[in-house]
Amino acid sequence: MAVAAITQYEFAPLDSVEKFHGNQLLYIGWEDHLLFCAPFALPFPPAMRFGDIVTGVLPGCFGYHPDFARIDWAKAEWFKSGKPWQPDFGKSLAENGLGHKDVIRFRTPGLNGIAGSSS
Amino acid sequence: MDMHAPKKKLGLKEKYQVMTRGLDWEPSYQKKEDIYPYATYEGIKIHDWDKWEDPFRLTMDAYWKYQAEKERKLYAIIDAYAQSNGHLNVTDARYLNTVKLFLTGVSPLEYMAHRGFAHVGRQFPGAGPRVACLMQSLDEIRHAQTQIHALSNYNKHYNGLHEFRHMHDRVWYLSVPKSFFDDAITAGPFEFMIAIGFSFEYVLTNLLFVPFVSGAAYNGDMGTMTFGFSAQSDEARHMTLGLEVIKFILEQDPDNLPIVQRWIDKWTWRGYRVLTLVAMMMDYMLPKRTMSWKEAWEVYFEENGGALFKDLARYGIKIPKCAETIALEKDHLSHQAWGTFYNYGAAAAFHTWVPEKDEMDWLAAKYPDSFDKYYRPRLEYWREQAAQGKRFYNKTLPMLCQTCQIPMLFTEPGDPTKICYREVDYKGGKYHFCSDHCKEIFEHEPEKYVQSWLPVHQIYQGNCFPEGTDPTAEGFDPLAAVLQYYHLEFGRDNLDFEGSEDQKNFETWRGQATKNV
Ligand SMILES: [Fe+2]
Ligand SMILES: [Fe+2]
Repeated sequence: MAVAAITQYEFAPLDSVEKFHGNQLLYIGWEDHLLFCAPFALPFPPAMRFGDIVTGVLPGCFGYHPDFARIDWAKAEWFKSGKPWQPDFGKSLAENGLGHKDVIRFRTPGLNGIAGSSS
Repeated sequence: MDMHAPKKKLGLKEKYQVMTRGLDWEPSYQKKEDIYPYATYEGIKIHDWDKWEDPFRLTMDAYWKYQAEKERKLYAIIDAYAQSNGHLNVTDARYLNTVKLFLTGVSPLEYMAHRGFAHVGRQFPGAGPRVACLMQSLDEIRHAQTQIHALSNYNKHYNGLHEFRHMHDRVWYLSVPKSFFDDAITAGPFEFMIAIGFSFEYVLTNLLFVPFVSGAAYNGDMGTMTFGFSAQSDEARHMTLGLEVIKFILEQDPDNLPIVQRWIDKWTWRGYRVLTLVAMMMDYMLPKRTMSWKEAWEVYFEENGGALFKDLARYGIKIPKCAETIALEKDHLSHQAWGTFYNYGAAAAFHTWVPEKDEMDWLAAKYPDSFDKYYRPRLEYWREQAAQGKRFYNKTLPMLCQTCQIPMLFTEPGDPTKICYREVDYKGGKYHFCSDHCKEIFEHEPEKYVQSWLPVHQIYQGNCFPEGTDPTAEGFDPLAAVLQYYHLEFGRDNLDFEGSEDQKNFETWRGQATKNV
């Protein structure tokens, strides 16, 4: 459907990738850990190594949680747009097929939040 | 002796006729569609504007007289409240944070309602609804003014109220109420009436004003309580107008039904999402609670709203389908919302805290199916950490919903352990949503919502720093720059209630007022 309007109604989207100074947005959520109220939005250059995000950025985002130090990344399950997905830690975001405003989540089996409450 | 016949006075009905519809005229040298250019493009068909039944027979002269009298009484009470240091009678300084939320989030909407009704009151081709909208437009600007005046008293004593208008256009959570109203006033006149006049004023208003006004009454805030009561007779008029409009539109042409139904579905959801702020206010921010959010939803929407939709069934209108989702969220909404503000308490213009033990027990009693299982562990953990000097402040920006602009904090309907993610590809771009309903709203008018001013994305684009800021300079602190852009003073307006200037001042001043120190 289209907007009902008195004349032509067309505007550029506000969040196209060229507005982010060489970065693209990536959204990252940690399943079963809702102590962090919502997934995060982060700007990264497309050439950034995926593994550098996991080791360099995620601790700053999620490190407050006591479960974070217990994560075994080899066992983490990943999802992209909700579907199972396998990232290559050695490759860049672009090489991993991650584009602007993609959303990924990870699940850490056995770690279910504060007192198992998914918090 | 001359006999003067007494001048004949007009009866109420005649007077109304003369002073409203009698002021209208048929244009002779301009085309009607040029005078009312927005009357048809939304697809609503009106065949006879004269069929409009005026729901209240109020003329301008009576309006001024009546409202002036109310205003005199209101300002007398507000003055007395200010002069007697009434602010020291509130239950607890934590209460003041609801006042901050109201002034920054709601009062600017009253002003936008004024503008919206002025616009609609100009654009409807019928004289009857034009007059009714004119009066509501005046009511709304009075509401904005009286609220600002009543609450300005608190600004003399407490933090976070000093730049409410500036903040409304910038601060991340205030983009939720702001974008809601911007969405409504950029719609056509008929959609605006269904959005604000019906869905908001009729269906949802009791969930906004009753909690704030009765919250004020329960917590000793006479100033807020008084403007609430003063607005009450206006609200009754607004509700009548909202209902009258919808019946009129539906009676005019059967083709109007699907359009109106879609607007009701959309605006009930849009309004409900804004009420997330009210839900957490009721359950977490009032030191003395009135009723829980869940109870309020059950009384004002499920019971009262249910009766309303039963009444509208004869026009073919159905209860909005989002009501099912909302019923699944009512055990979780306020807890998830307060958790979000606790996360981002460094970037909010009011204080946050973990509820006291007795407050948690109240929450457990009101939410037996959810609080102890999902939310108490989270809150108790935060409390323990804070006691060890490790108060949690989330410093990474959240992902937002493209439609309602709320952080993606809502969980899957029926599963409070999983965040609800929805997405759409549109013209080569990705868009994300908190719910099926926000997604559907986008899908119907993507051209509109690709323009959403999402605070998180705007920060990353570099648009939320004070002018002249160089984000590439060494030691650049983005959070500090964003707070400066908000006009929010770090350490004063934000952070935990415990240890705040508000807390200390209130204690000192109340001590001086009640003890011999
Ligand atoms: Fe109002
Ligand atoms: Fe949403």
